[in-house]
Amino acid sequence: MKAVITVTGKDNVGIIAKVSSLCSKYEANILDISQTVLQDYFAMMMLVDVSELNVNFGDFSDAMSKLGSDNNLIINTMHEDIFNSMHRI
Amino acid sequence: MLNTKDILETIEMIRTDHLDIRTITMGISLLDCACESGNTFATRIYEKITKKAENLVKTGEEIEKKYGVPIINKRISVTPISLAGGNLGYDDYILAAKALDKAASNTGVNFIGGYSALVQKGSTPAEDALIESIPEALACTNAVCSSVNVATTKSGINMDAVAKMGHIIKKAALLTANNDSFGCAKLVVFANAPDDNPFMAGAFHGVGEGECIINVGVSGPGVVRSAIAKEPDANFAQLAEIIKKTAFKITRVGQLVAREASSMLGIPFGIVDLSLAPTPAIGDSVARILEEMGLECCGAYGTTAALALLNDAVKKGGVMASSQVGGLSGAFIPVSEDEGMINAVNKGALTLEKLEAMTAVCSVGLDMIAVPGDTEADVISAMIADEISIGVVNYKTTAVRVIPAFGKKVGDTISYGGLWGEAPVMEINKYSPSKFIGRGGRIPAPIQSLKN
Repeated sequence: MKAVITVTGKDNVGIIAKVSSLCSKYEANILDISQTVLQDYFAMMMLVDVSELNVNFGDFSDAMSKLGSDNNLIINTMHEDIFNSMHRI
Repeated sequence: MLNTKDILETIEMIRTDHLDIRTITMGISLLDCACESGNTFATRIYEKITKKAENLVKTGEEIEKKYGVPIINKRISVTPISLAGGNLGYDDYILAAKALDKAASNTGVNFIGGYSALVQKGSTPAEDALIESIPEALACTNAVCSSVNVATTKSGINMDAVAKMGHIIKKAALLTANNDSFGCAKLVVFANAPDDNPFMAGAFHGVGEGECIINVGVSGPGVVRSAIAKEPDANFAQLAEIIKKTAFKITRVGQLVAREASSMLGIPFGIVDLSLAPTPAIGDSVARILEEMGLECCGAYGTTAALALLNDAVKKGGVMASSQVGGLSGAFIPVSEDEGMINAVNKGALTLEKLEAMTAVCSVGLDMIAVPGDTEADVISAMIADEISIGVVNYKTTAVRVIPAFGKKVGDTISYGGLWGEAPVMEINKYSPSKFIGRGGRIPAPIQSLKN
């Protein structure tokens, strides 16, 4: 199972490091990363394999959201199927 | 990897434009609970519902987490109680209503629908007893929703039932007078009621349905409004295309959730209801979509045309996104639940007559409309008759959910909070339809019914 983590908010130092280390803590394997910075606005997308997670998906998603709110960012963790369903026929 | 633009678009739809799944509704047949004793019937329906739906709320919450899309309500619809109840009487039905309410509270669902009777051609003593008991049942329960189907295109209009429903609605208003006549918000009078509607207050599990089924209702007026706002100079063909594409995306989420819920619960998937269901939240309004199309205020001339375009494009876009479509499918226009509609009524731009015209081209009907508390029962029956006729002649579902708010007059407001919102009490026509409503009998089925 793959999930997409999106991080949006004001750019600050170490965002990718923080998200990646949380992925590593829960054993989510990072498959791909892309990011854009528009002026001060930061948007990162990360495709992760969550089939080997050491917690359930809901807890992983909550931990990511909390990391976001602690750093003034919005972090969403969503199963990739929602994007595939919406944007592909 | 997935396209960045697509991912951000989905997230914006959810975070900014209020995209959500309005409801996962589990339909449960209660036909096997029939029993000559009211007590036993109540016990049986309670046990069956709590067993079938024990994991419904938990499953909904898990799906919500997995896909990051809010699922606002988890609900249950059951076989019309007047059918499952067989030959029960008034007091037995009240026991059944309480059992439904207890089952809703025990399973954690938001609402349970199906305290219903289908009397389009005539009524049995059991159905008469159930209809009589509706006001008390709604007053003594929290989550129970009720509906009565008084007409179909095939059968015509049961005007005796229409006349009776005027009195039932008045009584429901009186018994819940201390809560702005909230009982009436949980009671719908239908023409051509669908068997697989996941939306309240009109949901019930139709007699042609199987043992248990999962139906999903989507939402997303905010998403459509925002998509239109990005193309301010689009012509009508382009406008229809934008709405179709947006409806497609919204419905695909509904289909995904429905399939997932069905597989997690091990219950067959029924339908996705392609609906635009507003909420009182700013930006989540059907009226605001019509205004975004270029009307100064919802209710202006052009409103019916704009709504017709919207409703048709939503269906065209949605139908390709789901393998099975059903329910009410279309744009809803409940006044109290739509911030833009409330605004239009308060400004005097949107009247009851205009709302009635709008119902000819969209889903459902006169919905969540507050009228003065001293409105006569015959007048309410006549409102029902008008609205139901639109449904019968046009071979579509229409419904009436009016609230003759006890003790309130034009200019007052009723307020329920949450998804129910608040409604300004609207002005009504003062002339009497009493002689017409009092004639009794049935309006014959229209010529459209003879399609064979």
